[in-house]
Amino acid sequence: MVIPDTPPQHLDLTTVASDLAVRDLLTRTRDWLRAHALPDETCGTVELVLAEALNNIVEHAYPPDAPGAIRLALQHGPTHLVCILSDHGTALPGGVLPDGTLPDHDVARDALPEGGFGWFLIRDLTDRLDYRRDAGWSHLTLEFRLPAL
Amino acid sequence: MDLHATHHPDLTIITVAEARIDAAAAIRFKDAMRAATATGAGHVVLDLGNVTFVDSSGLGAIVAAMKQMGSERRLDLACLTPDVAKVFRLTRMESVFTIHDDLRRLHSRATG
Repeated sequence: MVIPDTPPQHLDLTTVASDLAVRDLLTRTRDWLRAHALPDETCGTVELVLAEALNNIVEHAYPPDAPGAIRLALQHGPTHLVCILSDHGTALPGGVLPDGTLPDHDVARDALPEGGFGWFLIRDLTDRLDYRRDAGWSHLTLEFRLPAL
Repeated sequence: MDLHATHHPDLTIITVAEARIDAAAAIRFKDAMRAATATGAGHVVLDLGNVTFVDSSGLGAIVAAMKQMGSERRLDLACLTPDVAKVFRLTRMESVFTIHDDLRRLHSRATG
């Protein structure tokens, strides 16, 4: 009997916050998702949401001259993919998840939004979100329902 | 950021030669677009056929690239790959740009 090579159910990555470190984490995550034979659309959704959450940590949790640790833990379950992003930088304002209202696009060209899409995309594309602060660390849990095989 | 501009009399096509317009590339993209659109036709088409990933920073940089061209000129998009098209669709920014499925029709129009 041939036992197929199955990729590990967990992926645990740690890095120091920077734009290029985000790219590296996303590339390694996408490779791992592909190894689990997830559809391209799901891989793209997860990559986009993690990019937005990671960019927020790089931009807002740590000062540019003192970047700190980011940990990304992924768990591939039977029905869901669970991602936990942790950092020990500044907490989210008020300790709560931002609303993520979509900026108005029906405006004059000069007034078109150049940002403010991140939390909208995170909220729109996840099936469950949770944020908690514990002992100086922020933990953001992002869950994605996986398409039935 | 590696951009290739092809100038036609009434149309400039700018092809992005890199795979990602993300937070790490957004400022370089905007600067390279400023340089690439400094001269040439009033109608510019940004060919995103090689781009597989755009995050909200990249989306913002594409909007900024259009705004910095000034109100007399026009920036269209072309050849969006699936993940990139999804970002434009979800944020409703697809309604802000004219989006071309391919460049063939534009080429034939540009060359007469």
